[in-house]
Amino acid sequence: MTNNSMTNNDAFVSLADVSKHFGSVVAVDHLSFTINSGEFFSLLGPSGCGKTTVLRMLGGFESPTTGEIYIDGAPMSEVPPHHRPTNMVFQSYAIFPHLNVRANIAYGLRYDKIEKAEVERRVEEALEMVKLPGFGKRRSNELSGGQRQRVALARALIKRPKVLLLDEPLGALDKKLREEMQLELRALQESVGITFIFVTHDQEEALTLSSRIAVMARGKALQVASPKDLYNHPVSVEVADFIGQMNFVEAQVMDVRNGEAVLDTAGLGKITAPVNSDFVHKGAAIIVAIRPEKMLLSAERGSDGRATVQGTIKTSAYLGDRNYFYVSVDGCEKPLAVATPEAQASGEKPLDRESTVWLSWADNGLILLPHD
Amino acid sequence: MTDVAYIDRPNRPLYVYAIGYLAFLYIPVLFLPMFSFNDNIYITFPLKGFTTQWYVEMFKDEPMWAALNNSLRVACVSSTIATLLGLLGAKAVTRYQIPGVKPIVFIIMLPMVIPLIIMGVALLILVTRLGIDLSLYTIGMAHVLISVPFAMATLISRFEGFDKSMEEASLDLGAGPWSTFWRVTLPIVAPGVLASFLLCFTISFDEFLMAFFLGGTEPTLPIFIWGKLRFPFRLPGVLALGSLILMISFVVVFISLRLRRWGVEDTQSGI
Repeated sequence: MTNNSMTNNDAFVSLADVSKHFGSVVAVDHLSFTINSGEFFSLLGPSGCGKTTVLRMLGGFESPTTGEIYIDGAPMSEVPPHHRPTNMVFQSYAIFPHLNVRANIAYGLRYDKIEKAEVERRVEEALEMVKLPGFGKRRSNELSGGQRQRVALARALIKRPKVLLLDEPLGALDKKLREEMQLELRALQESVGITFIFVTHDQEEALTLSSRIAVMARGKALQVASPKDLYNHPVSVEVADFIGQMNFVEAQVMDVRNGEAVLDTAGLGKITAPVNSDFVHKGAAIIVAIRPEKMLLSAERGSDGRATVQGTIKTSAYLGDRNYFYVSVDGCEKPLAVATPEAQASGEKPLDRESTVWLSWADNGLILLPHD
Repeated sequence: MTDVAYIDRPNRPLYVYAIGYLAFLYIPVLFLPMFSFNDNIYITFPLKGFTTQWYVEMFKDEPMWAALNNSLRVACVSSTIATLLGLLGAKAVTRYQIPGVKPIVFIIMLPMVIPLIIMGVALLILVTRLGIDLSLYTIGMAHVLISVPFAMATLISRFEGFDKSMEEASLDLGAGPWSTFWRVTLPIVAPGVLASFLLCFTISFDEFLMAFFLGGTEPTLPIFIWGKLRFPFRLPGVLALGSLILMISFVVVFISLRLRRWGVEDTQSGI
């Protein structure tokens, strides 16, 4: 994972307090963040969170109700789409049906005043780049979904934009092709070095592709961070719940000392956890979060001094490379999810439903989150 | 047991019904060409013998050619204007946010359901009150009025059938709004434009009531034919002309139906 240094003088694209209202609906709500040059930046969130509206504002198809968008230092609100240094890959690809692949890709070059021979050369180059050499004469109805997506990509990249906007371009592809395209897209972005802004509702896709991700909900950015930080240091229950799987347990802070908090939890008993933020103070009600893979499951009580709790297996799910067990623990609202490698699960003693097990975890696997 | 799917099994009553239905629709129409080759002034059975005399007469009929010419001129001009208005209207209605768009579309579509006789009388009163002389121009204006709803309906469905992001993609790639209209919008809606033109053309071409109320001294073809019906000896010539028009109409309608579909699959299978 690339983890760009985030100093503000790097800012290439920035949103300054941008809001967008559609009638009485607030699609984007006072959004501010910056994107650095050469980043692969994702806007991640459920449908209706405003991510596509942000992308469309960047492309110039919607104008912000308030606030300003800057690209490479220039304010964009007065700039129409056809004069912006951005190009977009549309969700439906929007390949012109009356033109062949070559004419589609060359479409935008007419406005860049480029010689004919140079246009030819660049179209060939673009076809090579997206691995579609020899497809120039085809029409869009003669292409598969993945091929259309490549044509859309070539058509946008040939303009050499400062920023490429991608609106869920992989959403229409089947899982296997999508995973292939993710790797290709990543490699392509690294080779052209253009800033990519990518909209998706698929958290796995965002984690795979991005250098940084803005997690959005209700028109706001809940957290803007690298995939690693998002996964390991979510700032709220909402983010933690959206990125990967997470167990949540309610807790009361009993005491804080030496960077460690003593917590009274509903279900896990009295535990200690490292403190990383200032909302954790004596008497505060907080949420303790722990990833399924940060917990160990065993048939007997461990003796390694780690914190443990007893529970009963309710259901399990076999995923090939790992197993999920859902363990109900007294005092916890929902069964806790525990992921174990396949090897452990097929150990000597089979872990059946309703069997009693012990859960254990390392203190540094716990994440403390504010109660919302 | 049969291995033919239920839906594909032969259905005899349906065949009979279909044949009866087609006969009801088309046998009267088929009398026209049949009698146009019949060697008899009177349109009665039995047929007397084959002749092309009526066609020869028809080609010599100067006033008829003048009427045909009038009809073609009115139809060309009115269908062009109606299609142009329909194109702009359909783009506005489907692409821009207009306050009160629904009532506006309703009002535009209204002439489709208003009885032509009422429209004809109303227009006649209006035109005479304004002191405008009745002529081919007044007929043409009336034809624009009654064909615009059909042009709109044809073109709105065409505009709705194509992905708005095509136009956005064009803007995004550096084409201005005007350039986008010429290079993307128009080529994609072109089959709809042609279909609308042909539809409006046929509406105008055989329109009688408006032409009757609002016509001046120059008759359009339907008015001319109507005038001839009173003289039996001129009827076979009308039959010959009718047969010709029938054939041409079939071809035109066939083409327009094909055009309406052509290319739509391309833009819709994109996802």
